[in-house]
Amino acid sequence: MRDDADGVLSRFRHGDVDAFETLFRMHQRAVQGWVLRIVRDPSAAEDVTVEAFWRMHQAHARFDPARGFEPWARRIATHAALDWLRRKRPEQSMAPELWNTVPAPPGGDPAISAELRSKTAQAFARLPAKLRVAALLAVVEERPHKEVADALGISIGAVKLRVFRALRILRKDLSQQGITP
Amino acid sequence: MNNRDQETGNGDQEVDRVKRLLRSALAPVGDDPELDRDLWPAMLRRMDENTSRSVARVPWFDWALGGVLLALAAIAPRTIPVILYYL
Repeated sequence: MRDDADGVLSRFRHGDVDAFETLFRMHQRAVQGWVLRIVRDPSAAEDVTVEAFWRMHQAHARFDPARGFEPWARRIATHAALDWLRRKRPEQSMAPELWNTVPAPPGGDPAISAELRSKTAQAFARLPAKLRVAALLAVVEERPHKEVADALGISIGAVKLRVFRALRILRKDLSQQGITP
Repeated sequence: MNNRDQETGNGDQEVDRVKRLLRSALAPVGDDPELDRDLWPAMLRRMDENTSRSVARVPWFDWALGGVLLALAAIAPRTIPVILYYL
């Protein structure tokens, strides 16, 4: 079984399309789920997932089977999602139907009004993409800092710094609108 | 508690409040989103598009070289065997 998996990774590294299809089918769901956490738009997540696998296919010769496929795939997918966020204008980077009235998430604080949630979401969308990704993964999705750091290819300290900067800029933006978090 | 500790404490509280606000504004996708669509056909289309594009994409230098050879053959037909020899 293990030999089979190693064989698939090795054949993928040498550009075998069947091995690529096997890996695609094994990891599509995990990669798409990860991308969706960043882009937060199911349709865009599909496009970005295909783009990410295309990048993996292009970079097959640089893949190191000893380091595993999943972390490598996740890192490529994170950067593909980051590029997507960078290309989008802030008002497009959230699903439009959520733009004006942000529904309260299950278990959300009922004391926080829909207007406040909407303004927070808009202010968040104005943050630089790399800060947004770090805050989304670490704060909203509550992923461990180590996992976020691996996905972004940066240190844990850099993740904490990005999250801190994101929250500080967000607080400042809200304060300028007369909102005290 | 000195002023610096108090400021740090206030800062932490503010950060926590912004985090709470953010979590309230953006619902987490969670660990198990419903993603059932098979994207392999889209992946194959993407691979085909790029393959056909790379076949159609001939560098400008090749076009220029081809043009020069054709012009040479038209102006001096005696060079055609030489050109064919080197092809």
